[in-house]
Amino acid sequence: MMEFLRMGGEAAYVWSAYGITLAVVLFNAWWARWTHQQALERARASLSETRTLKTPTVRQVE
Amino acid sequence: MRLPRWFHLLGSPPFVYGLAGRLVPWLRAIAIVLLLVGAYWGLAVAPPDRVQGEVYRILFLHPQVAYISMMAYVVMAVSAGIGFIWRIKLAHAVAVTAAPIGTTFTACALATGAIWGRPTWGTFWQWTDPRIMSETLLLFLFLGYLALRAAFDDRDKADRVSAILAVVGVVNVPIIHYSVIWWNSLHQGPSFMKLDKPSIAPEMLTPFLIMIAAFTVCFYWLLLNGLRGQIVERERDTRWVKQLVGGREA
Repeated sequence: MMEFLRMGGEAAYVWSAYGITLAVVLFNAWWARWTHQQALERARASLSETRTLKTPTVRQVE
Repeated sequence: MRLPRWFHLLGSPPFVYGLAGRLVPWLRAIAIVLLLVGAYWGLAVAPPDRVQGEVYRILFLHPQVAYISMMAYVVMAVSAGIGFIWRIKLAHAVAVTAAPIGTTFTACALATGAIWGRPTWGTFWQWTDPRIMSETLLLFLFLGYLALRAAFDDRDKADRVSAILAVVGVVNVPIIHYSVIWWNSLHQGPSFMKLDKPSIAPEMLTPFLIMIAAFTVCFYWLLLNGLRGQIVERERDTRWVKQLVGGREA
């Protein structure tokens, strides 16, 4: 196992390359999730805004 | 000529949003399995290289990541072009989603290449290497595309103007691919994407191909995943998005 992790003395190169790539994939997955949730939240906010606008004021009801 | 129904459906945001939602879990599962199998095979099963020793194992991801960076650009340019010519908003949404994925994969290709270059070529970076330079140009094209979009408040205008940059910049993609043939380069010539037999030993070729498949599926997973958010953002004021987020009066 230690032999595998040492990568023939090239561990710093091999593992950092794999680590950076993993980080890029994870970042993109997180980014997609985050932007999707932000978009849904903004859509919800704009919906409640139109609801507030549509609610008649006291004067309008009278 | 009558176009089939599914073709028209592909231009419909709610249909594509639902379709992407159904495909994403499958693509994610396939991508994770292929990435794990490919990485295990490349790191633990494939024998060490006679010349490069263990550090060559970076080559089970560096060319694949670079290939995804180019594919992301082509996807971005083609969809931006379709959006520009036929004024299909969904096509612009695909282009905008591909841009950050392409940017990060291009940066990753340059970083992993530099990490591999240090022990192999003796240098992290070589300003005169045509492939490094054309890939760096790709990074700036992606960044330029994103910066140009950010300069406009009006999304339609941003779509149209950035599409022109995306389409013009696509000329760089074949330059990256053929740079090792056209010019003298530190990079080796093609060992896989060529007409005769690949010049890679079979026990190394298998994980190499698995990783190509893995990153391709991974790209489409990330693209469809990101596209869902982009569609909601663009369709915020439509009836179906209002229904989606729980509006009764929509």
